[in-house]
Amino acid sequence: MTIRFTLNGRPVALDTDPGRRAVDILREDLGALSVKEGCGTGECGACSVLLDGELKLSCLLLAAQLEGREVVTCEGLGDQDAPHALQVAFAEHGAVQCGFCTPGMVLAAESLLRENPDPDREDVRRGLSGNLCRCTGYVKIVDAVQAAARERRGGRRKK
Amino acid sequence: MSGRFPRVDALPKACGAERFAADQYPEGCLWAGAFRPGAAHARVLAVHTAEALALPGVLKVLTAADVPGANLQGIVHKDQPVLCGDVVRHAGDPVALVLAESREALERALGLLRADLEPLPAVFDPREAMRPGAPRVHAGREGGNVLMAAEIRKGDAARALAACPVVVRGTFETPRQAPAFLETECGVARRLPDGVLDMTVSTQSPFRDRFEVAQALGLDPLSVRVRAPYLGGGFGGKDGSTVQCLLALAALHADGRPVRMAWSREESFSAGYKRHPSILRCELGADRDGTLRALRCRMVLDTGAYAHLGGEVLELGMEHMAGPYRVPHILVRGFCVYTNNPVSGAMRGFGVAQATFCAERMMDRLAAKLGLDPLELRLKNVLGPGEENACGVRLTGSTEARACLTALRDHPFWASRREWAAQAPARTRRGVAVALAHNAMGYGGGLPDMAAAKVELTEEGRFRIYCAVSDMGQGNVGGHAAMAAQALNQPREELDIVLPDTERCHPSGSSAAGRTTYTFGNALLKACAAMADKVRARAALFLLCDDPSSLVLESGRVIWPDACKSVSLALMARFLPRDDRISVAEFAMPVAREVSGASRGFVLGFPHLLFAYSAHLARVELDELTGRVRVADYFAATDGGGVVLPQGFEQQIQGGAAQGLGLALMEDCASRDGRLLTPDLSTYLVPTALDLPEIGSLAVPSHESSGPGGLKGVGEVAMDAPLPAVASAVEQAAGIRLDAAPLTPERVLAALRRARKNT
Repeated sequence: MTIRFTLNGRPVALDTDPGRRAVDILREDLGALSVKEGCGTGECGACSVLLDGELKLSCLLLAAQLEGREVVTCEGLGDQDAPHALQVAFAEHGAVQCGFCTPGMVLAAESLLRENPDPDREDVRRGLSGNLCRCTGYVKIVDAVQAAARERRGGRRKK
Repeated sequence: MSGRFPRVDALPKACGAERFAADQYPEGCLWAGAFRPGAAHARVLAVHTAEALALPGVLKVLTAADVPGANLQGIVHKDQPVLCGDVVRHAGDPVALVLAESREALERALGLLRADLEPLPAVFDPREAMRPGAPRVHAGREGGNVLMAAEIRKGDAARALAACPVVVRGTFETPRQAPAFLETECGVARRLPDGVLDMTVSTQSPFRDRFEVAQALGLDPLSVRVRAPYLGGGFGGKDGSTVQCLLALAALHADGRPVRMAWSREESFSAGYKRHPSILRCELGADRDGTLRALRCRMVLDTGAYAHLGGEVLELGMEHMAGPYRVPHILVRGFCVYTNNPVSGAMRGFGVAQATFCAERMMDRLAAKLGLDPLELRLKNVLGPGEENACGVRLTGSTEARACLTALRDHPFWASRREWAAQAPARTRRGVAVALAHNAMGYGGGLPDMAAAKVELTEEGRFRIYCAVSDMGQGNVGGHAAMAAQALNQPREELDIVLPDTERCHPSGSSAAGRTTYTFGNALLKACAAMADKVRARAALFLLCDDPSSLVLESGRVIWPDACKSVSLALMARFLPRDDRISVAEFAMPVAREVSGASRGFVLGFPHLLFAYSAHLARVELDELTGRVRVADYFAATDGGGVVLPQGFEQQIQGGAAQGLGLALMEDCASRDGRLLTPDLSTYLVPTALDLPEIGSLAVPSHESSGPGGLKGVGEVAMDAPLPAVASAVEQAAGIRLDAAPLTPERVLAALRRARKNT
């Protein structure tokens, strides 16, 4: 059947089995390769997307659930020429090591900051607790999210 | 550091633009997957492939009969079949390989495959496996199930122990730990028309992979090309063949079509390499003032069904059993043993994480028995520069273990430990403890630990750096780019970076053993220096200057300040043939030359000359009702030599400590009868952001004169101390001894109950 939704602001019409996993459609059919798969069972958060603005795990979503909705992936937030403040903050503050969890982590951070523009460190940790990172120990990720939050609130960026 | 982003890979990764091996979907690619019947030990009587083959979209089902060559893989000991033909030796062993047109067809085919298996007697405890009558994991193997037995002997430990006024004893167990990298084992491969097998794999050792694949499948190593993009994590688990041989086999049968293989998380847990479970028994003797006299230890490692790097892990663990301390009399016996458990292998801390748990807990026990401050006891015995370590190696490199410890002594967490503990909230207890670790760098004696770096001046007049060692996330490419930018006096953004590719780069060792930046960095600095000299010499011709040393290499050009003349690199590059625009240099890590004759049974990789040191401080809070241990604060002081990228240094310390805290608190890849009880990430728990504390890091001033920018390596040392530090802090908090990791709430509660009963 044909499934229609918007991906990073662009309308998409895809003739596919509605029972396929969203993560496979996004990666294999639509080339949104920032959406990573780390577990396939909703534990690691690497395949996170924003679905109508809400953080969702695309390995647990079926194609049919995308119908008529708005999907945003890390590519949709920004690119290297025009990066999103969170992407810059992650790169600047050492929050990126292997980088495989990073796109999902950036989306989780975006979702958090939309709800809570001034999170303390514990808030950030709670907000990101659905996304596993095996490299960083999370300290620098928390630093990055707080720095981006400050910037978004119009404060000056602190080192 | 110039540039806004310390790491060249940071922004592309943050934008989701970086392409990992997992992101390769070549046009028309086939999907490959392994059928693993799940028996721990069984004779394979038949593999029934017809039903799967009959499915639409299934191209081939390969079995051991389709494997050309030796059908054996393994880095040192070649004992692991690519596809098992006669026998499966653990539950993750594969007996068939499916090639399908799509993910869906592959999954259906794997579900239809069946094997007739005749169960064989199996053994799951390494101690039982060592007994004479135990079932044999590898039938007919000389030495039975003992893959390796070795001994380090210095002085007379038995006599010295008998003469010691104080002796403490302990037995410790550490669990199987999964690397749990986010990107599972994966890659793509294709046989090109000229016969070359072109592979892109998530691998820590592209140059060694060529030989692994070639040996296993009977190919010419030079007909195998391996490319390694950035890895989505490795931690040792991608050091060696994971998907490589299976992928290569699939590509040989794919009629020139590309093939993709990506293990599921469950497959990664069952078939991937994990940290060796260990059992350590130890006696430590000292004088009444705390001066260490003698150590006697026995280390048993469970290597699982195949050797992989088991012997080498054992050797490194044994080498570190005495901790970074002065101990005149030593006897360490080690055994690495085959079982029908999942395969153990390299993982950050490579035997050292296990040994450090034992060594540091023994120091605490000794301090408690003598009524000494545990930090002062360590300071009293810690090795300094120029001293001889437990294996008879004189420490000629940077040795700042003492400075790491004194940094903790001055830290407020340590100074305030009694007040902090006294302020524990109701129904919680608090404890503060230290642990010290050392971790060798490099492969060790007997193995050439080398790297070759290539730098090219491109036709466009830019410098191109050929990075030949994989970056599994630790940031060595960023570090190398920073080094090259400085050596060539160019803005870092102007450098072109080539990631490891056996066709384009020169051979280098693996990304492992804390050696990556040290060896490749040294080679790169030599290559850059030679390139800078060459460019100045050629520029002298253009500028009609008879003294090239008066020329200055600058961003995109060479200038002659005295004459106010310059020539652009782009112009020069047009006139130089490619041969003349390339500079290659190599570096081999120094090895210990004078070694005491006291070690027996060591084959490769012993001993080491250079070590990193790290002293850790943990403040923990124990919930008396739930048994939950929370690490409230954490601090690490590390001697990793000079610091080239401060951010990268901290990343390695924080990440390593986090993995060590995972081992301390929750990670246990438990198995029963060879089957994993924790087959996925919902049962095998790794720390989330809520489970870990803020991790402070201090680089103690240090300089390793043989290292690039004075650095050593910090890839591993942060992994080793968290487990003993946390266990010790829990003992401080509640007076309970926990000698088996991880310190799960169940274990803590049971210990608390035992303690209450005894009082």
